[in-house]
Amino acid sequence: MTARTYGTPLPGLPLEDLPGKLIVIEGADGSGRTTEVALLKQQLEIDGHAVVDTGLRRSDLVSGEIDGAKQGHTLGATTMALLYSVDFADQLENKIIPALAAGSTVLADRYIYTLMARAIVRGASRAWARELYGYALRPDLIVFLDARPVILLHRAIGKVGSLDYWESGMDLSLSRDLFESFFLYQDRLSKEFAWMRDEYAFHWVDANRAPDQVHADVLRLVAPLYAPPARRTRSPAARVSRARR
Amino acid sequence: MTPDPPPARHGYPGRLLVFEGLDGSGKSTQAALLGKWLQAQGYRVFFTEWNSSELTASTIRRGKKKGLLTPTTFSLLHATDFADRFERRILPPLRAGYVIVCDRYAFTAFVRDAARGCDPAWVRNIYSFAPRPDRVFYFRVPVAVSLKRKIASRLKINYYEAGMDLGLSDDLTESYEKFQTRLKREYDRLATTDDFTVIDATRAVEEIQRELRENVRPLLRDCPTGEKLIHDG
Repeated sequence: MTARTYGTPLPGLPLEDLPGKLIVIEGADGSGRTTEVALLKQQLEIDGHAVVDTGLRRSDLVSGEIDGAKQGHTLGATTMALLYSVDFADQLENKIIPALAAGSTVLADRYIYTLMARAIVRGASRAWARELYGYALRPDLIVFLDARPVILLHRAIGKVGSLDYWESGMDLSLSRDLFESFFLYQDRLSKEFAWMRDEYAFHWVDANRAPDQVHADVLRLVAPLYAPPARRTRSPAARVSRARR
Repeated sequence: MTPDPPPARHGYPGRLLVFEGLDGSGKSTQAALLGKWLQAQGYRVFFTEWNSSELTASTIRRGKKKGLLTPTTFSLLHATDFADRFERRILPPLRAGYVIVCDRYAFTAFVRDAARGCDPAWVRNIYSFAPRPDRVFYFRVPVAVSLKRKIASRLKINYYEAGMDLGLSDDLTESYEKFQTRLKREYDRLATTDDFTVIDATRAVEEIQRELRENVRPLLRDCPTGEKLIHDG
């Protein structure tokens, strides 16, 4: 039996009976995340599953403070990392866990991994970030949409006409040039996602392709989660032995 | 920004003096008096209190009022608030050679969060960005004294101070006593593990202040004063 959380669970929250599925879609802005979340939600609902979607900065508690802080960008890196963690904890306790308890599928447009990567490239240690989010529920599936920086760049320019200050990591002063900063920042982020890929068992999907191709891959990854119980296996070893038979 | 625990003593020119203890232990009065004395000797002094940053104050107030907070979000919000206070208000003057007088520091979070059931190691990790102070004064009083002073001050005991969110008792005063007893047990434990200077805070104000000054004097060797800073610069 695997633990439901990565580290110490939250006090006062029962995690035993959560029949719903938690699916996480991770990836940079421009990786096609939002499009994929919408497509997947629609397909799951067509298949008869109740879906609750969630993302970063959507809690009632502090999303206003985060937006305000980003406007003025006066906050230190530790403060910002912690402010995001409040937002995440609030959503986990008040939205994600209740939805899972009710048997819904929770579709998360980014999760702790983006928050950790952002904090780490701003100076937090990996150990600190990992422990901070240790109470997070282990998702049933983590899909990482991997797109080359140049693709992200074209999509950003095509969609909003310019590069975003934060997605370009301008607060890090890597370069005064937005264009250059964007590449340096994305490069740092991908280094963090690279180690998380193994540690957290990301499923890597090539997101340099068209949305329908990406979607087809994601559907293949999602399908086993809803397979009839008899065919579901828990450990990779069991899966291998079954395949040989 | 975040060295791994345990945090080392800071290597900055200033000094970090921390006052911890239950509500009504008299620590704020003593901190103010000590500050006066330090200023009179020419040191640059900077005061800071728990929960005084403007960033999350309104959220904490709103969350408390609406009962939106769980032990985890309560803990993380206070950590956010403290980080903001630390990054903006404690660290710069500490580096500039000020004597920082902190009315509560990370230890307040350690005791409160532990009393609310958060994992102590998890909480410690979050606060590992905060360096160990030069001295932590723990104002130790029996819970009965804390309660008596609280009542005498005619300040209303608030919901969270009484730990009413924990469901220890439906009666505010009784819950306050039970919750403060938990906090005191945690403080007493930290007194050993974190090398607190324990102050018997049931004594007269003057007597306690004298003891504090004797304790602080040796810590001030080579600590820059305002005048020196001007002349050296």
